[in-house]
Amino acid sequence: MGAIGIRDVRKSFGRTQVIHGVDLDVADGEFIVVVGPSGCGKSTLLRMVAGLEEITEGEIAIAGRSVNKLEPKERGIAMVFQNYALYPHMSVYANMAYGLKIARKPKDEIDRRVREAARILAIEDYLERRPGQLSGGQRQRVAMGRAIVRDPSVFLFDEPLSNLDAKLRVQMRLEIKQLQRRLGTTSLYVTHDQVEAMTLADRLVVMNAGVAEQIDTPLEVYQRPATRFVAGFIGSPAMNFLDARIAEGGDLRLPELEDPLARHPGASNHAGRAVSLGVRPEHLRPPENGEAPGFQLSVDLVETLGADTLAHGRIDDTRHELTARLPGTHKVAEGERVPLTVDASALHLFDAQSGQRIAG
Amino acid sequence: MLKRVHFKHPVLPYLLVAPQLAVTLIFFIWPAAQALWQSMLVQDAFGLGTQFVWFQNYLELWGDPQYLNSIKVTAIFTISVTALGIGSGLFLATMADRVIRFASGYRTLLITPYAVAPAVAGVLWLFLFNPTVGILAYLMQGMGIAWNPLVNGEDAMIMVIIAAAWKQVSYNFVFFLAGLQSIPRSLIEAAAIDGAGPFRRFWTVIFPLLSPTTFFLMVVNLVYAFFETFATIHATTSGGPSNATNIMVYKVYKDGFVGLDLGSSAAQSVVLMFIVIALTVVQFRYVERRVEYGT
Repeated sequence: MGAIGIRDVRKSFGRTQVIHGVDLDVADGEFIVVVGPSGCGKSTLLRMVAGLEEITEGEIAIAGRSVNKLEPKERGIAMVFQNYALYPHMSVYANMAYGLKIARKPKDEIDRRVREAARILAIEDYLERRPGQLSGGQRQRVAMGRAIVRDPSVFLFDEPLSNLDAKLRVQMRLEIKQLQRRLGTTSLYVTHDQVEAMTLADRLVVMNAGVAEQIDTPLEVYQRPATRFVAGFIGSPAMNFLDARIAEGGDLRLPELEDPLARHPGASNHAGRAVSLGVRPEHLRPPENGEAPGFQLSVDLVETLGADTLAHGRIDDTRHELTARLPGTHKVAEGERVPLTVDASALHLFDAQSGQRIAG
Repeated sequence: MLKRVHFKHPVLPYLLVAPQLAVTLIFFIWPAAQALWQSMLVQDAFGLGTQFVWFQNYLELWGDPQYLNSIKVTAIFTISVTALGIGSGLFLATMADRVIRFASGYRTLLITPYAVAPAVAGVLWLFLFNPTVGILAYLMQGMGIAWNPLVNGEDAMIMVIIAAAWKQVSYNFVFFLAGLQSIPRSLIEAAAIDGAGPFRRFWTVIFPLLSPTTFFLMVVNLVYAFFETFATIHATTSGGPSNATNIMVYKVYKDGFVGLDLGSSAAQSVVLMFIVIALTVVQFRYVERRVEYGT
């Protein structure tokens, strides 16, 4: 009932175009997270689905019905705002009942639905309080309660957790996930936090500068990023990029080094091409016994995280900077040269100009 | 709290507050005391004979049909000016809040009436409503409405109410606009998603959130209508015709400085003072309870 279809949607504010044609199909009950840096157009996209922004071009359909010309209230959606947007002059109960009252539902039905939502969210004890008397987490729950009682076909979340402290954010993240599983309501969730994005999403939409760079499952986005931007945005610490060139036979060479850094089977038909070579810090490892190291890392800085150790340095004293994530048990000192290697399967190749994925 | 040791010299703190105390005593307490004293005296028109009469002046007011009429006129005038001024200010602010192009231009234009002196504003409306040369009077006569504020008491009342409220609209407008702009947009959007139309959004979300502003303006506008409208009345109707616009503050002036009945005039001003004090207390006690200060 709650499928969303977004067809070549564009948005301009005056002469500035901020969304350059986004296509997205959301299946009924699916949890889609739109992630990207600030100003990438993700919130605008969400607000167009909500009906709070006009759609400049293209079409948005909810449950198979074009909603371009519909008012927000006619779209069967509920939205959770970043600042919660609770009515400060109404009790928690009145906040949740507001929409139902306007829809002229009978009093006993309103009461039943509000209490049911309050029970699910464990806010029954606060129903008579004003939002001002609640903590951030409780307000967030009330905001979700207000969305639930309307029994919408689509939930829209606009960075709902960014006003919470780190610990509460993790907890609410789990609760949102469980709630969505339980209700099975199609959800569109906007965030700039990649951890939220990875953990919540059935599928991720990675946006950059008004374009959806990749739409796929979180794992696929992590393992096979479609562009250099996606590769650098998803994953922490961020992926390392090296300016390299593909030599004969798929050898990957850095200009300053005599020996090729690695050999990539998929790269052999692209000989001579300038590429951005991506490798995640967690895929760099010390060579096993008897294995020849790929290169030496001259370590400039070490960050000890306990479980892991992050070693920042340069490859063989060149200008190529690299971060490696090593097991916490691996002792590294600053100024040391650490032999490292990487499996060819963990390398990502992107075109140096377009940033599009080539192979790997 | 500052401790005693902060001031080594025992007289210094008193010296420091002395200027403020002096101003308060000379310009507020002393005249007020004078008015109280005067209100218990009867004086002949030339100031040659004075007699202390206790509360005689007050008692006479209650038997004076002109004074009772003035109370009625003041009530109608004050309530109308406040309601009209606040209503128009709120309406204009709501409209101006939606304007996107030339917003600051519109706002500046709407604020200008506040810079016009009350007497000038009064004369402006006097001309507009003048039955012989006034453009508004001309239009109304064209529509078949008999209009003559110089003769008809009700017409005169309508004219001074409009003139007095017009000046206050700008002031109210500024405060309402600031109030509207402090309401987060997402609240209005949430209400729109909840299904509330523009009218409903205004009355169930925006207006309640403006209630601190509305309350403040109510107090300010009432005080304005009671006291500061003197110049408007003086420049337009002088309380006429036949006392139809003779509000209490104007009657204080007329009886005291024109009629030279200083005792009664002083008594009236004391009564006026107590009415305003009582009104303000009532507002803070009973109306403010319903105000949402939010969080």
